[in-house]
Amino acid sequence: MCLAVPGRVLSVEGGDPAFRTGNVDFCGVRKTVNLAFTPEVEPGDFVLVHVGFAISRVDQEEAARTYGYLKQIGALEDEGLAPKDGQGDTP
Amino acid sequence: MKYVDEYRDPQIALAIAEQISHRVTRPWVLMEVCGGQTHTLMRYGIDELLPKEIELVHGPGCPVCVTPLEMVDRAIRIASLPDVIFTSYGDMLRVPGSQSDLFQASANGADVRIVYSPMEAIKIARANPGRRIVFFGVGFETTAPANAMAVWQAKREGLRNFSMIVAHVLVPPAMRLILQSPTNRVQGFIGPGHVCTVMGFQEYEELTKEFRVPIVVGGFEPLDLLEAIAMLVAQLEEGRAEIENQYSRSVNYEGNLTAQRILREVFEVSDRKWRGIGSIEDSGYRLRDEYAAYDAERVFGLEDLNAEEPKECISALVLQGLKKPVDCPAFGTRCTPMRPLGAPMVSTEGACAAYYQYRRHA
Repeated sequence: MCLAVPGRVLSVEGGDPAFRTGNVDFCGVRKTVNLAFTPEVEPGDFVLVHVGFAISRVDQEEAARTYGYLKQIGALEDEGLAPKDGQGDTP
Repeated sequence: MKYVDEYRDPQIALAIAEQISHRVTRPWVLMEVCGGQTHTLMRYGIDELLPKEIELVHGPGCPVCVTPLEMVDRAIRIASLPDVIFTSYGDMLRVPGSQSDLFQASANGADVRIVYSPMEAIKIARANPGRRIVFFGVGFETTAPANAMAVWQAKREGLRNFSMIVAHVLVPPAMRLILQSPTNRVQGFIGPGHVCTVMGFQEYEELTKEFRVPIVVGGFEPLDLLEAIAMLVAQLEEGRAEIENQYSRSVNYEGNLTAQRILREVFEVSDRKWRGIGSIEDSGYRLRDEYAAYDAERVFGLEDLNAEEPKECISALVLQGLKKPVDCPAFGTRCTPMRPLGAPMVSTEGACAAYYQYRRHA
């Protein structure tokens, strides 16, 4: 029930903050999303959408930081793991 | 970045699991609160990737599962009235009431329609002025602002033929109940990322201090959950009990203040009965008196209808992390998704359904 899906805002319509909607792209599927809870959202932003409402703007800096950190763990452990499974990095 | 695929990289997943293995020195029991997280853990086999010291137990975060029996009975009663169009998220339709479910009511002639958003119910109300449109407002704090918005909108437009069964529940009181139980085994929580997106995590910080238990607010993708588990293990091994936020791309300390404003405008906190668990103080929402005309239970006069739980179903223990679905003698035999005894076998977020779907029969 708490499932929320990230999508990219293509365009924003409506001036009244309570009725602002956006055309949001979910990997090719486009839907109209209510932006009443995310007045700061602009075209190009990613939003998390739940039951037709954007509940947050994805913080792209935080996302990049977290993912960078995760990748780093992956890279570090790869080196550590390589001898164990006998498969080093392929050139 | 699409904020999905990046968080499903199997190589990084293995690396984080390896890191957890290096770190862990003794057994720890962790609970993911949210049913959506339970499904990710089962679907990707994350529990099997973890060292044997880490035991995951599954929390009460499935709103469909904790909606009490009489609420389903009330919904069926209302849906069966000839002038009613009953609208609901699809999840609720096959949840058993004491005798029947909404799907059966629909087969018997009730006009039951699945909607994706409460705003669709509002549209149906506008288009059908001669019918009464009732929406089944189920959900945790994630869903509550959307449902509040529908009621607010109905009032603002003067829509007289719309009302809502409000069955909203809140996560922190349920966590408190688990932590207060003398039989509690949970030593750390993965916090519900989307609930916290709306509400922030101040309430969870209070829980960490009151019960000296670490909580890491976590996302819903495999790497989110693995990182949250790694952060919990680090805290536990170091003897810390703090609030930390793994899901920072969506969650901040304050949460979504605009959504919280509409919640306060439309709802007030009230005691709520949880299926199988009983009444928990201040654990849900009801409509404020100013919005009484939109409260389906008051409109249809069904507030006193009560029902008994089936005895064989152990869902109350599953929802509190005291039992696993496979501990139930009915699991996979007398209780399956096609013929469920209890709601956790029905919902896409129920722990029993997750175990069944991802073949954890043994």
